[in-house]
Amino acid sequence: MNYRVLARSFHKFGHLSGSLQHTPAQRGEWEPVIGLEIHAQITSVSKLFSRVSTEYGAPPNTQVGLFESAHPGTLPFLNKRCVEAAIKTAIALGATVNKMSRFDRKHYFYPDLPAGYQITQAEFPLASNGKLDFMVHDPEVLKAPYRHAVDLIQLQLEEDSGKSIHDTDSNRVLVDLNRAGQPLMELVFGPQLHSGEEAAAMVKEVALILTKIGTCDCRMHEGSLRVDANISLHRPGEPLGTRAEVKNLNSLRSLMKAIAFEIERQQGILESGGEVVNETRSFDIESKETVSMRDKEVLQDYRFMPEPNLPPLRLYDSSEPSCDMQGSLDIHDIRSSVPELPEAVRQRLVRDYKLSLETAITFVNEDDLLAYFLAVMSDRRRDPRLASNLLLTNLLGVLNAKDIHITNSPLSASAFGEIVDLRQSGNISTSTSQNIMNAICGDGDSRTPTQIVHANNWIQVSDEDTLEKLVDKVLREHQDLVQKYKQKKKKKFFNALMGKVKKTPSIMANMKMVDGILSKKLNS
Amino acid sequence: MKGVLGACVGEVGAQLVAGAVTAVEVCEAALARQAAVAALRPFITTTHHTARLAAAAAHRRYECGKPLGALDGIPVAVKDNFCVQGILTTCGSRMLTPYVPPYSATVVERLLGAGAVLMGKTNLDEFAMGSGTLDSSFGPSKNIYRSGMKYSLGGTEKYPTSGLEDGDWVVAGGSSGGSALAVATGTAYLALGSDTGGSVRNPSSYCGVVGLKPSYGVVPRWGLVSLVNSMDVPGLVGRCVDDVAAMLAVVAGLDPKDSTSVSSDLKGLQLPPAPSLAGVVVGVPREYHQPGTSREVVEAWTRLADTMEEAGAEVMNCPPGFHAAHRALHRLLLHPQPLRGGVQLHPLHRRGVRAQGGGGAVHGGTVCPDAAGGLNEVVRGRVLAGNYFLLKENRKKYFEQALKVRRLIWQDFEAVWRSGVSLLLTPTTPTPALRYSEFSALDNRTQVAAQDICTQAANMAGVGAVSVPVGMGRQGVPLALQLMAPRGHDAHLLAAAKWIEQHVNFPRLLMSSNYLINTLFIYLFTGTTTCRSRSLL
Repeated sequence: MNYRVLARSFHKFGHLSGSLQHTPAQRGEWEPVIGLEIHAQITSVSKLFSRVSTEYGAPPNTQVGLFESAHPGTLPFLNKRCVEAAIKTAIALGATVNKMSRFDRKHYFYPDLPAGYQITQAEFPLASNGKLDFMVHDPEVLKAPYRHAVDLIQLQLEEDSGKSIHDTDSNRVLVDLNRAGQPLMELVFGPQLHSGEEAAAMVKEVALILTKIGTCDCRMHEGSLRVDANISLHRPGEPLGTRAEVKNLNSLRSLMKAIAFEIERQQGILESGGEVVNETRSFDIESKETVSMRDKEVLQDYRFMPEPNLPPLRLYDSSEPSCDMQGSLDIHDIRSSVPELPEAVRQRLVRDYKLSLETAITFVNEDDLLAYFLAVMSDRRRDPRLASNLLLTNLLGVLNAKDIHITNSPLSASAFGEIVDLRQSGNISTSTSQNIMNAICGDGDSRTPTQIVHANNWIQVSDEDTLEKLVDKVLREHQDLVQKYKQKKKKKFFNALMGKVKKTPSIMANMKMVDGILSKKLNS
Repeated sequence: MKGVLGACVGEVGAQLVAGAVTAVEVCEAALARQAAVAALRPFITTTHHTARLAAAAAHRRYECGKPLGALDGIPVAVKDNFCVQGILTTCGSRMLTPYVPPYSATVVERLLGAGAVLMGKTNLDEFAMGSGTLDSSFGPSKNIYRSGMKYSLGGTEKYPTSGLEDGDWVVAGGSSGGSALAVATGTAYLALGSDTGGSVRNPSSYCGVVGLKPSYGVVPRWGLVSLVNSMDVPGLVGRCVDDVAAMLAVVAGLDPKDSTSVSSDLKGLQLPPAPSLAGVVVGVPREYHQPGTSREVVEAWTRLADTMEEAGAEVMNCPPGFHAAHRALHRLLLHPQPLRGGVQLHPLHRRGVRAQGGGGAVHGGTVCPDAAGGLNEVVRGRVLAGNYFLLKENRKKYFEQALKVRRLIWQDFEAVWRSGVSLLLTPTTPTPALRYSEFSALDNRTQVAAQDICTQAANMAGVGAVSVPVGMGRQGVPLALQLMAPRGHDAHLLAAAKWIEQHVNFPRLLMSSNYLINTLFIYLFTGTTTCRSRSLL
């Protein structure tokens, strides 16, 4: 195996080694360094600088006002809701909200930007110096999850541009300005990621947080969360390499594929003694390759200048003793509206319910599932591990087969709790629990689990005397099997006898106990 | 009815209320006057049809005894860089020739909402870049003074009123030359202009009318096509200070669509009938006595300072701290000065290109703009300069330096107000209006630099300033002086301006009532007018 293949295998499968951390590259190996910029569209009914609606999927050019189309004489007026959302996001990402931020014009000439400039925050962003802790957990390629942290360098408010649609058949460019002026938060993260899996995990965590606090719906396929990835390679200990920026990745899959491709491409260049060009590239979803964006090849001078039509944005924090209450919004008000964040929930689940980290991750990834679990666990006598197993393995199995979402489950959380109780007390077996779920979710049985168990006589018998008598009866009736077992000591004859006990009509034996009694009798 | 166009808003208002004259008659008189003076080119677009509709509506309100206020039925004019819904808005540029805005500027909405009758959109230097109203795509505006049209000067015959020899004429000033001219000729009682470096005060001084540049933010900018956003203010032009005050009361006030607008308590603004100068401290900054300032202007300035002192004001020289930044400003003005105007013209540029050329060309998937054929050299130069100054390598060298100078000027003003000065008295322009033959010998930049030298600082500091006519020069053109007051003190500023108005006895221009003959003359001998009318609907 030559060096290049080795190095490649490191990038692709290095994390399979089972270590709990990203394995630092060995001396002499190329280490990928990845930094992400995320554009998150703020959940808002109107645009950042006008009262025009932001509805998704409206016919082209119907969500356009005077300002978005840059009519002469129009001015921006800042949407307060968007500022609130951005502050909330900054707080959730542990960033410092700046008491004074400012808007800047970024000039570039493109048909989907009617004004010739975009209003953004370059020099004085709304927030800076945050930190994101997240779990890297990809069951397909990773044995165990591990923790990683990335710095949030800054969070800025900006307006989106319109969309250019290149109609190559008729050699026309069509422009849809519906997206122009949509409120965006640009989150700039430090170059502290090393693989596509880490990048995907980070974006997933950002999406979880933003969805949780309600500032962005994070629908990547609708473009409400878009990722730009800056990728470079270097040898550990040496300065960072020249980076290429892959723009507008709109799915986690694209993100991972684009990073994988870039790593390979850049490695090829570097190995053959070439130099990586600092350029903007786009990801072609068909070929799974990144391609240079020719029109953005030349580094642009955006000719930044302060936006003169918007006064600086001043905020205050009423929790500070020296606060002068001067500004448009109270940071403290917003801080107290931030709910418990995903990482805190995960820690609470592990701490309070003794769940495994994987289970905690699963729950936190799906809010409704978590809510269901917590509803079941409102009775703290219940065994959380038993409850989570029954929920994740058995109930989800039935529901998924029937394509029913947990929020529409015919088996309510309290009814599910009954099953947990029956199982926990040893009154029913695991397979009975499954049968009850099948009856309720599959066959539409409207009775409670307890009613179903009683009607079917599914309460398992755990009385030692009764079970011994039952075993004796079976042994008497199946002397042939007993003989065969005693002669050949084969497990299958033992299992056959177990089966006979299980099949005894009108009695649901605790098979675990039967197992013990039977082996005692046969082996004594 | 006779002489109604020469009266002040208050006088006409009283006649309208009394029924001595009707809004329809006032409007017809103004329309006739508009036609009579069309050769001077105050207007780019006239709006006969909507004016008549508005006048008829005002007339009905007066008949019911329910006029909307002081401006109901009063003819007004609006500079052609304010958007008026359904009416061509060109900014004096061929580039915007086909642009009919779907909305109105806030100030226009407020004016029309108060019952004012819009006579048309007035001429200006292309995108308000200039101080002569010469550089308009629609041709220059010419001053009424010494134009050859018949007028008298408040009964006095001391000054020449005849036309100039060899077809020469007097510059109207700019860039709001059309607005000042509309008011000076009696076509409109009041007009909206825009003032970025003196563009309202300068033509007001040349045309013998009152021009107010309110404090920044007092009058909202939504709908004003910008030149330099952070210095632009809608400006007000009128023949009497009281008229301007009445207009300010209507157009001032917070606008949620303009984040830089501020709330003010000017809604019910009424100036005292006889303002007093008691307790007023008038600062006279020597820096404004620039080389090249005409003797007539200096004399008028000195005379007025003396008169004010005699009337009880304390007059003092400004502290020497006022010097440094102003010197820097003057240097700056001699360099290409509009640092930002250019960049903002991109959208306009493209709008024009699209409307005219039917869209950009597509070359291999990228869209290129058509050539910038529709812009004059001044505008193109400023666009390029603006972009050049913002380039990464030039930002520190020019842009940030300019911002620093601006901050210094701001601080200078603050220091002056802190020293107890409540008003600054300066010339509006170093000379009275020049003849075209003299003026056109200079290029646009030198014109602007020379003519805006006294007015620019107020825009940089955001303070209120007003130009008041104070007398006549020997050439038969008006002389004017400028007052500046701290930001937000616009009411005091106007009260002081009214005091001046009452004490200088400026001979007001009155057009010959024989306007029909004039009209005939113009149609017969000039052949063309710039009048074009558009319906609101």
